[in-house]
Amino acid sequence: MARRNRNQPTKMTQTEFLNIVMPFKDKVFRLAKRLLVSREEAEDATQEVILKLWKNKAKMEQYKNVEAFSMTMTKNFCLDKLKSKQAQNLKIVHSNYQDHNVALQKQIEVNDSLKWVAKIIEDLPEQQKMVVQLRDIEQYDNDEIAKMLDMNPTAVRVALSRARKAIREKLTSTHNYGVK
Amino acid sequence: MVLNNIEQLLEKYEDGLTTLKEEAQLKDYFKQETVAPHLEHYKVIFGYYIANQQETFTKNVPLNAKNNYKIKWLSVAAVAVLMVGIYFNRPKEDTITEADRLAYNQAKSYLELVSRTFNKGTAQVHYLGAINKAGTQVDYLKEMENPVGRILNNNKPQKQ
Repeated sequence: MARRNRNQPTKMTQTEFLNIVMPFKDKVFRLAKRLLVSREEAEDATQEVILKLWKNKAKMEQYKNVEAFSMTMTKNFCLDKLKSKQAQNLKIVHSNYQDHNVALQKQIEVNDSLKWVAKIIEDLPEQQKMVVQLRDIEQYDNDEIAKMLDMNPTAVRVALSRARKAIREKLTSTHNYGVK
Repeated sequence: MVLNNIEQLLEKYEDGLTTLKEEAQLKDYFKQETVAPHLEHYKVIFGYYIANQQETFTKNVPLNAKNNYKIKWLSVAAVAVLMVGIYFNRPKEDTITEADRLAYNQAKSYLELVSRTFNKGTAQVHYLGAINKAGTQVDYLKEMENPVGRILNNNKPQKQ
């Protein structure tokens, strides 16, 4: 960036900030929702990420790619949240109760095959979930995804391949005998 | 597009080897109403991805954190002023004059007088304790109730 001036830090206005952030706020939200599942929690997470960006807006010009940086931030924020949630759930949730819940949910969602895909992705390991989200939904290329998730591009490709195969296999098996 | 081509692309797709362009081709193909029956499930998968791209974040983010910052500092300043004010006012209130001391001693002696007369009063009322004593002595009258209870208990089983 040519207009970086050491003595006079450029002050970003709200509209300038929004012009930068708005184009990818939905992607942040969708990644958060993919990881946290609940809409409210994903909204909170998105809000949190945008506020963090706003607070650090003075530094924003130093980042080469604000969008990629935000996606990484979202990932970290959500994974932290999941970790703390898991720690809490271990104390409270009874395993039997959870099984019932899943069975019930399955019954409700049986008719809607799109929801099946969502459910299948939900059951994937976190890394595969994120890779599918970023590639098949947000259409980032593998190098970008590698940077966002702090992986190497080969690992991204492998995770992607595993996830795609798992989704197809699970979907065909549920369609063949799970659901009719 | 030829079905053969699609099948090849799908194979590549599952190995993670397709480019974004090729994946767009796949998505286009599966947007059609009718696809080859053995590929039906891919239609669901790609349909899900396309549907998910539409989801948007609609909540507002309050960005006027700057104003909050001002209010925060304002309250800090207000508290500081208040504390300074209290600090400088205190010494005046703390200086004790002769008149103050006199008033204090006078009040103290009055209070002592009041408490002394109070104590005298309670000592005189002490004999009322005798009533309690008498009460415990009359307790044996309760014994009377026991035999009555016994008689009643004996009668009941006989009736049944």
